[in-house]
Amino acid sequence: MSGGNMKTFLTQLLDNNPITLQILGICSALAVTTSLGTALTMSAALTVVLMMSNGTISLIRNHLPSSIRLIVQITIIASLVIVADQILLAFAFEMSQRLSIFVGLIVTNCLVLGRAEGFAMRNPIWPSLLDGLANGLGYSAVLIVVGTIRELLGTGMLLGRTILPTVETGGWFEPLGLMLLAPSAFFIIGLLIWAIRTLRPAQIEEPEFRIRTTDVSRTS
Amino acid sequence: MVELNPIMWWRRLLSLPNESRTKTFAVAFLVAFFSAIAVSVTAVALRPIQQANLERQRTAQMEAMISALPGMADILREAGADTMESFLVDFATANTATNVNPASYNFRDAMTDPASSISLSRDVDTAGIGRRPNLMPVYMLRSKGELALVVLPVYGTGYQSTIHAYLALKGDLNTVAALQVYEQGETPGLGSRITDAAWQALWPGRKIADDDGVIRISVVRGSATTVFEVDGITGATRSTTGVANLLHFWLGDLGYGPFLTRLKRGDLET
Amino acid sequence: MIDLFQRAIFEENLALSFFLGICTFLAVSKRVDTAVGLGLALIVVQTITIPVNHLILVLLLNKGAWAWAGLPDMDLTFLKLISFIGVIAAMVQILEMVLDRFVPVLHRSLGIFLPLITVNCAILGASLFMAERQYNLEESMVYGLGSGIGWALAIAAFAAIRERLRYSDIPAGLQGLGIAFIATGFMSMGFSAFVGVRLP
Repeated sequence: MSGGNMKTFLTQLLDNNPITLQILGICSALAVTTSLGTALTMSAALTVVLMMSNGTISLIRNHLPSSIRLIVQITIIASLVIVADQILLAFAFEMSQRLSIFVGLIVTNCLVLGRAEGFAMRNPIWPSLLDGLANGLGYSAVLIVVGTIRELLGTGMLLGRTILPTVETGGWFEPLGLMLLAPSAFFIIGLLIWAIRTLRPAQIEEPEFRIRTTDVSRTS
Repeated sequence: MVELNPIMWWRRLLSLPNESRTKTFAVAFLVAFFSAIAVSVTAVALRPIQQANLERQRTAQMEAMISALPGMADILREAGADTMESFLVDFATANTATNVNPASYNFRDAMTDPASSISLSRDVDTAGIGRRPNLMPVYMLRSKGELALVVLPVYGTGYQSTIHAYLALKGDLNTVAALQVYEQGETPGLGSRITDAAWQALWPGRKIADDDGVIRISVVRGSATTVFEVDGITGATRSTTGVANLLHFWLGDLGYGPFLTRLKRGDLET
Repeated sequence: MIDLFQRAIFEENLALSFFLGICTFLAVSKRVDTAVGLGLALIVVQTITIPVNHLILVLLLNKGAWAWAGLPDMDLTFLKLISFIGVIAAMVQILEMVLDRFVPVLHRSLGIFLPLITVNCAILGASLFMAERQYNLEESMVYGLGSGIGWALAIAAFAAIRERLRYSDIPAGLQGLGIAFIATGFMSMGFSAFVGVRLP
């Protein structure tokens, strides 16, 4: 691996990751973050699909007629997702039952198509693969954080192993039922964004409307 | 001169401008072709493993379901069954229904749904249920390939409620292995005694029909004298005869009767 | 049927309990009128594509669908993903052309949203749910309409909330996306209050 490529990879992963910084394309994957196990499987599936699609599209990028560009990309992505889905069905059956339709929904994930169109179409194969890996890992990081918080606080367990003994089993931890329901994922993502933006103030959005403050004591 | 070397064709195709019509078609075709190959190869190659997974899941669900049937677990052990299958009986054909998934079918929903049940006229409706679902689940247990037990869910009106029960028949399809009432709302202390273990223990060994195929099983006042009779419970006449009546219905022509006959003859298409 | 309809709108709201179409949900909810436009377009597409996908599934893909051609064991369900995407893209295109030709007024207001809808996971998700839950044709129609209305309702209400949020004093780090997610969380809680409602 040349130094330049490695640098692309690291900046993508750590410094300038659109997913961790802006929570792009998180979409439907939130539905599988009720436990860490499903979040990990989903992350793996998505990272592999993203790398493969980036690689394939980069391979044929110079010969893609622009009139059918999008449909070719979608076809490639959809085929890869079907393959991933079939492999999960064969070798991780119970997991794929729990992921239900959400592996299939990788197809419409804005991230996969976005990277294909935005990066793989203009870059050679090796950087494209790395870009896929970096974005996939960044995406995975968000899913894993949310999955960990939800499973740990919702059930007191991680990957099915008890971490915080719950009251029911004689421990001290009262599980937060809300963590297993949909709203908690939104809250966690919201707070995560807050944390990230506090650490990296450059990401803060300008308010559309600024509340004007006047000194009340002078006017009275 | 026409060039016949495929490598030359390939080069010429690649060197075409991207927007040319030939190249657009060629790219579209090639992408579709390779995607199709990738998808089909995976799907076909992995099919056996997936089937095995599905099979395993179905058996596990079935086992969970059967052992959840109250009291059935013991009977299963006694019968020494090693394989279980569940399927749906289509009463219209007296055969198994293959187009509906047994795991997702719930006859409780079909009981009142006009689309998936038929209306019964008063004179044939001995179970007092008004409508009969078109499909009912059946559980079959085999021991070393031999039919050991057939479990039929049945229900009907007792004195004041709908009684739900499982009737388990032995391999000859005429001897009761068990009757398990698992849901009822009869008068507490009187009719509700049909759930007593003592009364249900009277059922195993009773015969359903005589040699001519006439259904004879019944509940009698006092003491039973024949192999077709079961003692009634004092003060619970309506509830106990209700059980006998519903068995008559479900074992009869509008119930599992024709299916059991075919099963006995061994000409079911599964 | 009414129960299924009700559940599709509230309890199983695509956006708020299954996170489907959240990208579009957050991106196009800055103004109420655009949100309503997108919502309407989604209802229309959803109501058409889900029954069509159902027919494709039953007539072409399911095991036994090719029995008439002597192939009773052929099971093409692994192709449902790609078929559904094709159907959705095609339906959106056709709808756009039909609207343009016959109802140009509607095309002008909805037209810009239609391409956005092709890549909306709500539609593909609802189609896959239809397949997984084995709805029949009527149920697919009801589910399509209901889930479309649910999504439209959610985005319209959310856009109204966001219009108000603009004038509130929000911590700098939460500005924009952060507060949008949290507000969606509260809406999701509100919609989950319908859990357990059972209509005949």
